[in-house]
Amino acid sequence: MSKNAPQSPPASGAFESHKKLERNVTLLAAATLAVVAIGGIVEIAPLFYIDNTIEKVSGMRPYTPLEQAGRDIYIREGCYVCHSQMIRPFRDEVERYGHYSLAAESMYDHPFQWGSKRTGPDLARVGGKYSDAWHVDHLKAPRALVPQSIMPSYSFLSDTELKVADPSASLTALRRVGVPYTDADIAKAATDLKAQADPEADAGDLGTRYPKAQIRDFDGDPKKVTEMDALVAYLQMLGTLVDVNSAAAQEELTKDAKGGGGK
Amino acid sequence: METVVRRLGVWALVLLASIAAIALTPDKGFAIQMGIVALVAVILIIATATTYDPVARAQSIFRMPPGPSRYDDDVIRWGVIATMFWGIVGLLVGVFIAAQLAFPQLNFEPYLNFGRVRPLHTSAVIFAFGGNALLATSFYVVQRTCRTTLAFPALARFVFWGYQLFIVLAATGYILGIGQGREYAEPEWYVDLWLTIVWLAYLAVFVGTLLRRHEPHIYVANWFYLAFIITIAMLHVVNNLAVPVSFLGSKSYSLFSGVQDALTQWWYGHNAVGFFLTAGFLAMMYYFVPKQAGRPVYSYRLSIIHFWSLIFLYIWAGPHHLHYTALPDWAQTLGMVFSVMLWMPSWGGMINGLMTLNGAWDKVRTDPIIRMMVMALAFYGMSTFEGPMLSIKAVNSLSHYTDWTIGHVHSGALGWNGLITFACVYYLAPRLWNRERLYSLRMINWHFWLATLGIVFYAASMWVAGITQGLMWREYGADGYLVNSFVDTVAALHPMYILRAVGGLMYLSGALIMAYNIWMTVLGKLRDEAPMGDTPHDAAADTPIARPLVTEPAE
Repeated sequence: MSKNAPQSPPASGAFESHKKLERNVTLLAAATLAVVAIGGIVEIAPLFYIDNTIEKVSGMRPYTPLEQAGRDIYIREGCYVCHSQMIRPFRDEVERYGHYSLAAESMYDHPFQWGSKRTGPDLARVGGKYSDAWHVDHLKAPRALVPQSIMPSYSFLSDTELKVADPSASLTALRRVGVPYTDADIAKAATDLKAQADPEADAGDLGTRYPKAQIRDFDGDPKKVTEMDALVAYLQMLGTLVDVNSAAAQEELTKDAKGGGGK
Repeated sequence: METVVRRLGVWALVLLASIAAIALTPDKGFAIQMGIVALVAVILIIATATTYDPVARAQSIFRMPPGPSRYDDDVIRWGVIATMFWGIVGLLVGVFIAAQLAFPQLNFEPYLNFGRVRPLHTSAVIFAFGGNALLATSFYVVQRTCRTTLAFPALARFVFWGYQLFIVLAATGYILGIGQGREYAEPEWYVDLWLTIVWLAYLAVFVGTLLRRHEPHIYVANWFYLAFIITIAMLHVVNNLAVPVSFLGSKSYSLFSGVQDALTQWWYGHNAVGFFLTAGFLAMMYYFVPKQAGRPVYSYRLSIIHFWSLIFLYIWAGPHHLHYTALPDWAQTLGMVFSVMLWMPSWGGMINGLMTLNGAWDKVRTDPIIRMMVMALAFYGMSTFEGPMLSIKAVNSLSHYTDWTIGHVHSGALGWNGLITFACVYYLAPRLWNRERLYSLRMINWHFWLATLGIVFYAASMWVAGITQGLMWREYGADGYLVNSFVDTVAALHPMYILRAVGGLMYLSGALIMAYNIWMTVLGKLRDEAPMGDTPHDAAADTPIARPLVTEPAE
C-alpha cells in the first residue's frame, strides 16, 4: 500500500536530525521548553511597557477598604462566572451597558474580573444605575424583583457581619503588588472600613484620600456593617471613577486611536 | 524502627503546624482546609505507628494481583479507580449546575450557590478526572515504551496521593468560598504551592523513567507527555504568582492586575486546554489507538510535524479569549491568526490517529473500544475546527460571552477527552487486574450510544442557546432601539438549558454503566453474553428450501 511507503525509504534531512532529539531527554525537554516559551514572551511582555496598557486615566484611584472587601466577596461567591466586567466597543453593548471599558479602569484589579460569560448582564458600569435598596432586595431574592432571573439568592450577606481579619494587612499586600496606597491609607484601613458604611462614625478625610468614595449606609441597616454593605458599596462604585464622557477623556481616546498609543 | 520513628516525627510536625494554623487563623475556611491537612497527618501517624501496611491493605481492597509484576503498576491501578471516581463526581456536579441554570430554586446559599459549585465542576472534570487519567496512563505508557519500571517508586506514590490531596483541598475550598477568582486556576496560594511540589515530583519520576529506558528512541507518546508536564509547570507557576495577605490566611492578591493579568490568565487558560487537555490526551492516543487497533502509527513524519507545530502554535492562541476587550488590537490579531493556523496541526494529529486504523477499519464494527476511540477523534476534529472558527473576530463578536463557548468546550471535553479516557480505561482494566476480558463488551456499546447522544443533545442545545443569545443582545427594532432587555434573553434560553441538562444526564448514565462494568471486571466477573459483531451459524436455517418457489402472476 502506498500508505506505508513514506516509512520505507530512509528519512532525509530534518527528519533524520530529529533522531538526535528522540534519543536525548535533556535536549528534547530543553527544545520543548524553548518552543513553548516564545509565544507567551512575545505577547505578554510588551504589555508591561507599551503606553496604552500602562497609561493612567484621570479619576482612577485604589479601592477603599470597604470596596475592596466587597470585591473580595464578589470573588469569593464566584460572581465572575456569570457576570463580565468588560464592555466591548459595539453599538448594542455601549447602549446597554455604557461606554466601552478602558484598560486603565482595571489597573488596580488584582486579579482582573473581566469574566468570560454573560449568564447575567455586564457589571463594569453598574455603579449608580440602581438604588442601594434595589441591590439589597435583588441580592436577597432576585426573583422578587426580576421574575425570570436565574440568579442564586444571597440573603445571608445581610445577616453576616463584615469581618476582615486585618484590613491594614490586606492593603499592605495590595501595595506589595503595586497598588499605590499611602501610609495613611494603610494606618486608617480599619476605621475607613467601618466609617464608609456607618452613618454614626466620623469618616474623617476618607473622601479626600479616596475621591468620589460614596459614604453612607448601603444595606438599610445602619446598626451594623455587614457583608451586604461591602458588596453593594463595591457594585455602586463600579465604572463611576473615570468620567469617560468628559471632553478631555474623549480627546485622549481619539488621540490614542490615531497614534496607536504612541507618544 | 528508626525510619518509623523518623516518619512519625515528620507527620507529627505537619500535624502541629496545621493545628497551629487552625488556632491562629481568623479565617474559618482556611481553618477547615488546615483541618483536612491535620486529618491526613493523623491518618498517616496511625498508619505508621501500627506499622500497618497501607499498600498491602490497598491491594486487598482493590483486588490487585498478588506478587510482583513485570512493571510497577500499583499507582496505575489506583489512578484508574481515581479517574472513575472523580469522573462520576465531576459529571454529577455538572448535571447539578446545569439543573440550577434551568431551575434556580436548586441553589442552596451559601455553600451550594452556582458561583461556588461551578469551579468545583470544572476542576473536578479537568484536573481530577483528566489529571488522574493522565497520571495513570503516562506511568503505564512510559514503562512499556521504555521497557523499564518507574524510576522512583516511592516518589510515584507520593505524586498520586499528593495529587489527591490537592484535589480535596481545591474542591473543599471552592465550597467554602476560598478561591482566587481566576477561571480554571481557582485554588489559593498554599494549594498552588503544594501542587507545584507534587508536579515537580511527577516531572522527576517521568524524566527519571525516560532516562532508564532500554530503547534507543523515546516514543512519540512520551514527547507529548513530557511537553504537557513541562508546559503545565510553566503556566501554573507564572499564572499563580500572588502575594498572600497573611501566611495564616487563605486570601492572596495576584501579582499582576488588569490587562497584564487578563492576558496572563488566558495564556494559562487556553494552554490548560492546549497542554493538559490536548497534548496529554494526544499522548494517550499515540499509544492506545495503535495498541487497540493492532496497527502501527500511520506516519512517523507526520507525528514530528504534528508535535512541534502543535506545541509552538498553541501558546500564542490565548488572546482570542479577549477579543474586543481593552487588550491591544495587535495582541488580539496575533491570537486570532495563530488560532486559525492551529487548525492544521490539530487535524494533522487527528489524521495520524484515524489513519492508524488503515487495514483495521472493520474493527469499528466489532470492537466497541475502537469505536469509542474513533468517535473521540471525530469530536477532536470537530472541536478543533470550531475553535479556530470561534477565534475569528467577526464570529467571536457574536459568540463571546454566550453559551456557544460552553457548547464548544463540552464537545471537546465530553467528546474528545471523555471518550478517549473511557476507551483507555476499558483497555487498561483487564490488563491491570489480569482478567481474561472486560466484564461486558455489550455494556460498552450502551455507554457509547448514551455518551454520543448525550453530547449531541448538549452541543446542539448550546449552539442554539448561544446564537439565540448573541442575536437577541444585538437586535434592534425599526424604531432604532434595542429590542430585548437582558432578562428576555435569559428567559428565552430556558428550554435549551433543560435539554442541556438532559444531555448531561445521558452522558452521566453512560459513565455509571462504565463504572459498574469496570468494578465487575476488577472483581474478576465475566458477563455471560453473546459476542459483539458475530453472526453465529444457525444450523436450523442452513437447509435447502423444501418447497419450490411458486411464481405468482402479477394481477
